[in-house]
Amino acid sequence: MPAIMEILISAFLILGGVFGLVGSFGLVKLRDTMQRLHGPTKATTLGIGCALIASMLYFFSTGGAVSFHELLITLFLFLTAPIAANFIAKTYIIRNIDRSELPASSREYGWSVYDDSPALRREE
Amino acid sequence: MIRRLIPHPLLSITLALVWLGLVNTVTLGNLLLGTVLGLVVPIITAPYWPNRAKLSRPLIVVRYVLLVLWDIVVANVQVAWIILFKRSTDFRSRWITIPLELTSPEAITVLAGTITMTPGTVSAMLGADGRSILVHCLHTDDPDYERDRIKQRYERPLKEIFE
Repeated sequence: MPAIMEILISAFLILGGVFGLVGSFGLVKLRDTMQRLHGPTKATTLGIGCALIASMLYFFSTGGAVSFHELLITLFLFLTAPIAANFIAKTYIIRNIDRSELPASSREYGWSVYDDSPALRREE
Repeated sequence: MIRRLIPHPLLSITLALVWLGLVNTVTLGNLLLGTVLGLVVPIITAPYWPNRAKLSRPLIVVRYVLLVLWDIVVANVQVAWIILFKRSTDFRSRWITIPLELTSPEAITVLAGTITMTPGTVSAMLGADGRSILVHCLHTDDPDYERDRIKQRYERPLKEIFE
């Protein structure tokens, strides 16, 4: 493997490690659940991204073949991270936040945790 | 008839490609298995996804994906900066409400995902009628600016793509 590739791969690995560390540090430093959600949905995404790029470069320069697994991991990560964050946020809101603390939805119906959907309301 | 057999052509193609990516080698057997998966899975899941999503303007899709990828990189650096160098008592976290003009469920899902992955915002909840979205900002001095930025930068291209 050429030296330049080794340097590049190492750089991506270190960068990924730094972002992963910062994201985890965020979990300690931020004060409530909603703030803590920002750490794992962002800082760690780039951390994992860097590690995956390093992995792709490594297998490309040793085996000569492009591996698709890293792309799929990225895809699955982008599909699952926002949905998990949304579930956590909704659970947190319904257990800890009174509806008067949230801003109004500015529409006819309120937020989905407190209000029934239009279809349910029609049935009654 | 074709609509019944292939309810989501795009989903079928994606599933076949994902299968080929998972096994990481393109052989005739894998291609066949991928095709079978791409045909069977959408039929089984069709009851949960009754409407076919319309996707138009592929160029805007490509531009949107690139824009979001770039914003994710920027978001990471910004959030890392805030976490490392701001005192946690200085954070001004706020809820903001974004009234939606999008109506297609697929478009709203993509928008919510985008909001979560990009700078300092997490989408928390939809309105009961799906016409507004509740967003949590990690640190902002100007909630109106954040709202307008999300509407301009992400909602407008999504409206062109899905509607």
